[in-house]
Amino acid sequence: MSDLTKLTLAAARDALRKKEVTSTELTGAYLKEMEAATPLNAYVTVTADKAMEMAKASDEKLAKGEGGDLEGVPLGIKDLFCTKDVLTTACSHILDGFIPPYESTVTANLWRDGAVMLGKLNNDEFAMGSSNETSFYGPVVNPWRRKGSDAKLVPGGSSGGSSAAVAARLCAAATATDTGGSIRQPAAFTGTVGLKPTYGRCSRWGIVAFASSLDQAGPITRDVRDAAIMLKSMAGHDEKDTTSVDRPVPDYEAALGQSIKGLSVGIPKEYRVEGMPKEIDDLWTRGIEWLKAAGANVKEVSLPHTKYALPTYYIVAPAECSSNLARYDGVRYGLRVDGKDITEMYENTRAEGFGAEVKRRVLMGTYVLSAGYYDAYYLKAQKVRTLIARDFAEAFSEADVLLTPTAPSAAFGLGEKTDDPLSMYLNDVFTVTVNLAGLPGISVPAGLSSEGLPLGLQLIGRTFDEETLLRAAFAIEEAAGFTAEAEAWWRA
Amino acid sequence: MAETMVSDFERTMKVREARKEDLIQGQTGDWEIILGLEVHAQVSSNAKLFSASSTKFGAEQNTQVSFVDAAMPGMLPVINRFCVEQAVRTGLGLKAKINLRSVFDRKNYFYPDLPQGYQISQFKHPVVGEGEVILDMPDGRVVHVGIERLHLEQDAGKSLHDQHPAMSFVDLNRSGVALMEIVSKPDMRSADEAKAYVTKLRTILRYLGTCDGNMEEGSLRADVNVSVRKVGEKLGTRCEIKNVNSIRFIGQAIEHEARRQIEILEEGGKIDQETRLFDPKTGETRSMRSKEEAHDYRYFPDPDLLPLEFTQDWVDEIAASLPELPDDKKARLISEYGLSPYDATVLIGEGARADYFEAVAKGRDAKLAANWVTGELFGALNREGHSIEDTPVSSKQLGELIDLISDGTISGRIAKQVFDSMYKTGRDPAKIVEEEGLQQVTDFGAIEAAIDAVIAANPDKVEQTKVKPQLAGWFVGQVMKSTSGKANPSVVNEILAKKLGLSSDD
Repeated sequence: MSDLTKLTLAAARDALRKKEVTSTELTGAYLKEMEAATPLNAYVTVTADKAMEMAKASDEKLAKGEGGDLEGVPLGIKDLFCTKDVLTTACSHILDGFIPPYESTVTANLWRDGAVMLGKLNNDEFAMGSSNETSFYGPVVNPWRRKGSDAKLVPGGSSGGSSAAVAARLCAAATATDTGGSIRQPAAFTGTVGLKPTYGRCSRWGIVAFASSLDQAGPITRDVRDAAIMLKSMAGHDEKDTTSVDRPVPDYEAALGQSIKGLSVGIPKEYRVEGMPKEIDDLWTRGIEWLKAAGANVKEVSLPHTKYALPTYYIVAPAECSSNLARYDGVRYGLRVDGKDITEMYENTRAEGFGAEVKRRVLMGTYVLSAGYYDAYYLKAQKVRTLIARDFAEAFSEADVLLTPTAPSAAFGLGEKTDDPLSMYLNDVFTVTVNLAGLPGISVPAGLSSEGLPLGLQLIGRTFDEETLLRAAFAIEEAAGFTAEAEAWWRA
Repeated sequence: MAETMVSDFERTMKVREARKEDLIQGQTGDWEIILGLEVHAQVSSNAKLFSASSTKFGAEQNTQVSFVDAAMPGMLPVINRFCVEQAVRTGLGLKAKINLRSVFDRKNYFYPDLPQGYQISQFKHPVVGEGEVILDMPDGRVVHVGIERLHLEQDAGKSLHDQHPAMSFVDLNRSGVALMEIVSKPDMRSADEAKAYVTKLRTILRYLGTCDGNMEEGSLRADVNVSVRKVGEKLGTRCEIKNVNSIRFIGQAIEHEARRQIEILEEGGKIDQETRLFDPKTGETRSMRSKEEAHDYRYFPDPDLLPLEFTQDWVDEIAASLPELPDDKKARLISEYGLSPYDATVLIGEGARADYFEAVAKGRDAKLAANWVTGELFGALNREGHSIEDTPVSSKQLGELIDLISDGTISGRIAKQVFDSMYKTGRDPAKIVEEEGLQQVTDFGAIEAAIDAVIAANPDKVEQTKVKPQLAGWFVGQVMKSTSGKANPSVVNEILAKKLGLSSDD
């Protein structure tokens, strides 16, 4: 079989089961692609030996007609997931040399189902960023380029390694995490599918925390079916995470292809923001038409507190991160930069260990939680958060899913926004609301910009109704017929 | 939890005034001490508050540390339901309001023995609200001390500064162990009341089995808030003395701190609100950090944990399983056994002591039992440094001894001798009496002969006794002496009275 890495996860899974290909062959093919793709900087750690070992073990099972749902399928893992005996740094200098003696629940679920680990994927430091430029290990480069340009573009963030690797076929699928859009925005920037499940659907145990009340793991995949397959393995209740929810994990793949006739699709009017590029607006309109054509009822809905979402997010997320990152103090693991006393050791370690964006957020978070500011910022933000969730609850009383653009633009150039944190933060304008309300959201590639870059549409669902979300996403995918691929310019 | 104390302190200014005898005399007049305590009580539980690690005391360093306790990346806390049950049980024992919904917050500060960089505690919504502890003071006074709140929180690890010349080490065995912080209202007015409060609180916790109260092992520690004021004037600025780990030290720390504050105020100075440490070596308190250096803990609800919620049914179930509490036991001992409040108070100090008493008193003269238990037995235990659990004299044996007194086999005086022997050897009283020939002589003939001998030898005393009947006691002594104390004293009295021509009814 040629072009093994072109197979979707579903196709690879089926080919493995039918013994048309072995996991060793498939894994070997990916490792070769990864080697050729170093200019993309998608992987920060390649676990080639481990991958081949796991592939061999899968092949033995497959030969006997055994194996799990993902038996032999090679995956990339965002470096935010702790992987036992494999370097895990969250792409921060402060976690230098940290090799966890434990495996995150989500990755453990994937290995339980037979998946093979290719390596750890680059991301923004501690998942703080929208362009993957804050990684200690350097930026990831988007496999896509503007028509007729060889300017390097960002793959989105924070899961930029995941989105780039999936788009460049450096893994069959990847794990990712989403705190304010970190799965969906990079998916939109790379022509891939990114699914952020309902808060509590996947366990957070063993994932390096950024903002605990917003973080959620999910997949970035080639298509909607692959996302459904990945989610089934990743999801599930975990007693080690109090915020994970104990309810059965449905067979998401079975929801695909079911008719969306009569499905009620809400179009939130507040998302038609000022200054939105026309091609994004047009894409949105096209999406509406596709769903209508497939039999859905489309109606306008209102989410009146949308304009407060971004400021709310940039209070809540930094507040939680300022506390979550306090444990990186040089005492027990990771980087330590000595000083004349304990205070100086803390200061030296954290000054050298954290990058500028992480420091900015720790400072913002510390500020909003400080005596005298707590009520005005943090408490107020929590109240607004409740209002945002209420907006959605009301919208979902008349709509089954909501349709919006994923991001306000296509992928931008490397370094274009690094000096302007505010314009960087604006990238999350359509995605943060979903995290604040704990809802599931998915980005589906829906077209190309005038410059030939992928654009995504976002669907937002009711809590724990990923089935309807995936069903609608599948309909968009079918209607969009998005087949464009990035040219493999990175190969020497 | 100094923050909440401040406002409560200020709010409760109408609090009771100290008694005259509790005032401290200064150069410029009498001063009143206002005291509030924050007691940290380690929850009796095999596992920690948010992890399954063992809490056993004295284990080798860093051997009882889970990934959660060490705050490894991606680790999450999971509440230990038993610790919550213990907190609720304690709240019920303190007659306090139980909050069916409470919230865990993060208290953020950097310290090497605090791996997370924050302590998980309860700030705005504690699991237990207002309650009360009743103090029985030795002079018979009853003092009511309000409980402001009780909340659950994690203990920190321990920094070790004596392991290496240039470095400090950290032992995380204690990191994450469950503590109950029990905050009193500023209702105490003397070191004695504060000591009585901690003592009583410890008794209640031990009855409930929710904290072993072992202060040497750090299971119970107190932060003492001290302020002074001229009688009738407005409340003074308080200082908090951190982590005092014995009841005696609590008393010393308060005495010293109150005098220190009075001295400053009388010299025209002012008290700086600050945190202080008590040094048992010098008996003094010294400044640890000032208000300006105080941490801004940036409390906020821990997003890793859902609010702590449980049902009234569950609380009722726990309430139904509560043991008899010290105050109830005291009331029962008084009504059921006719004990004095003093004896009852002494007995209920430890549940095992009261149990011992009840075993001895069952079917016997309760007053006599109380005297023997609180007098001879407790005296001996204190002298020998034994606890009631390792008493060499069982309640059964002490009961048998009392039976020997009651049935006239031995006199009370001989009984003390027998008790000493029992305490030393653990032998049964009947055996000691028999083997050592200590039975009381009630044989009229033998006693009469002994009396006759004494009378015959002391005719002058006989004459004097006719004028001064009190001298009869001298004859009793002589007779007891000649019978090695075994003569039945009532028989001696009776015969002697006749022989000396005194009425036996006198």
